[in-house]
Amino acid sequence: MEPCRVSSVSLCLCGNYAFMNTPQLLFKNRRPGETVFLDGYRKTGGYEGLAKALKTMTPAEVRETVKASGLRGRGGAGFPTGVKWSFFPADAPGEKYLVCNGDEMEPGTYKDRELMRADPHQLVEGMIVGGYALQVPVGYIFLRYAYEDCARNVERAIAEAAAAGYLGRDILGSGFSFELHVHRSAGRYICGEETALLNSLEGRRANPRSKPPFPAVKGLFGKPTTVNNVETLAAVPHILTGGADWFKSLARTEDGAGTKLYGLSGHLERTPCLELPIGVPLREIVEVHGGGVRGGRGFKACLPGGASTPYLTAAHLDVALDFAPLEKVGSRFGTGGVTVFDDTTCMVAATLNLNRFFTRESCGWCTPCRDGLYFVSWLLEKIERGEGTMEDIDTLRDQIRNITGTSFCALAQGAVGPLEALLRLFGDEVEDHIKKGRCPLKS
Amino acid sequence: MSKLLDKETIDALTAKATSLPHPREMVIDVLRAIQDSHGWVPDEGVELAAAILGLSPLQVEEIATFYDKIYRQPVGRRVIHVCDSICCWSRGGEVVYDYLRQKLGVEPGGTTADGVFTLLPTCCLGACGEAPAMMVGLTTYGNLTPERIDAILEQERKDLNP
Repeated sequence: MEPCRVSSVSLCLCGNYAFMNTPQLLFKNRRPGETVFLDGYRKTGGYEGLAKALKTMTPAEVRETVKASGLRGRGGAGFPTGVKWSFFPADAPGEKYLVCNGDEMEPGTYKDRELMRADPHQLVEGMIVGGYALQVPVGYIFLRYAYEDCARNVERAIAEAAAAGYLGRDILGSGFSFELHVHRSAGRYICGEETALLNSLEGRRANPRSKPPFPAVKGLFGKPTTVNNVETLAAVPHILTGGADWFKSLARTEDGAGTKLYGLSGHLERTPCLELPIGVPLREIVEVHGGGVRGGRGFKACLPGGASTPYLTAAHLDVALDFAPLEKVGSRFGTGGVTVFDDTTCMVAATLNLNRFFTRESCGWCTPCRDGLYFVSWLLEKIERGEGTMEDIDTLRDQIRNITGTSFCALAQGAVGPLEALLRLFGDEVEDHIKKGRCPLKS
Repeated sequence: MSKLLDKETIDALTAKATSLPHPREMVIDVLRAIQDSHGWVPDEGVELAAAILGLSPLQVEEIATFYDKIYRQPVGRRVIHVCDSICCWSRGGEVVYDYLRQKLGVEPGGTTADGVFTLLPTCCLGACGEAPAMMVGLTTYGNLTPERIDAILEQERKDLNP
């Protein structure tokens, strides 16, 4: 097995050295400061997944394999990829699309950027295999404005792949033809919502769409479309070359599947982006891979998977970072971007920062989001300034109730995640602000 | 109109638009082309984009006013976007922002007197492992300290005046 890219050799407190042997799939070709292009990519087995798919498997068999692997979407929602693909009318004739969601803007999330900076062909191969599986002739890779270096990497990889015959007409003599385009965006977090993304791609204002109809029925330009995350698509060739069972077995949890990119951030000694098994315990992320809380301070809280996930506290350090275990404790796996807060952090201020982000990024379409989140920011500011009242806590609960399930898309739903966790886990701290008439963590 | 884009660029964009089944998908590309050449998108730019793509000016304006990286007002030669999302916040992002405001002598949204830098906030740049971070033009810089910021701005100035 290939060596793990983990830099620390310190003893994990649960005495488990298994992490040292994590096979590197997604980060197989990653070298500091370098980007691998076609020659390097092929040297380590690149495009063998595509060859296997086109030469030995039917599109249905590729879809079955992905389904059997247990791969779940890596963009935050975690929807089983094979199931999403099964909704798609692969055998229907006519215009159909595969779109890669490269609009990574969830605060705390930077894994897709790392992937595209290191190894853009992996995404290209994943797109072509996905295109074959879903029998679509055209793919788009939608990239956020800030990822211009990634856009150039991917464009170069597409050009190289086309010259080598992996893109275009009758790929590897299979009869399958596929063209791939890069689409550059111009900002705004809402473009990561799949239907807003489709509007943005079409050149329309990027408000989300009403669902149903879902993209598989009526998506890009009104045609059947599947939207998948960068990391999800990059995993697909590995599933084909290694097999569904092997991929599934890489996880540490019973129900989990595969490896995951975890991007560390916040108050840690080290903040690397690492490929580790699905189901690594939070404690291992913090103490081993992050080198512990910075300056030897205490662990107060973390966001386990981006700004839309409810906080975890020290009570959750032994929870496995995977979809089901985190849902069990009232949070979500999200994108696998772990942001740690030490004991100097005011959780009201942190929640205010998060809520201001969501408020500003609201597309403005629906009242619960546009006005509800603004009201939440106003209330949190009031509390943080020391002018909050106990009634304000009830009003915040009211807003959580008013926003949950009523907004037009999931942005506002995500926003209330940390807010709900603030009241549930740090209620005392909130009340302290009110009783003391100031932030108790500010000197 | 020709002061915003040269004829070659207009012809190339028009040719591409004509070749596409859905030319409207190019609207951000056209606006960014105008911005690359002119720095920002004036009303004439909205009208030019509309003409190239066969859209109404309103259809283009809907797009030009939605995205925070399309500027409908004049900006400096380099826009500095400072991340104010949660990871940068936790690693001194507010200090970075205050330092830049003081150093450049502008409030958020303002442009330096010499017309070089505009200062704006931005949401998460995807550089969370290197927080605090900012984007100058299209280049993201992380692990910012006052010293590093000084060096970055000096280099960016040099790059504009080779």
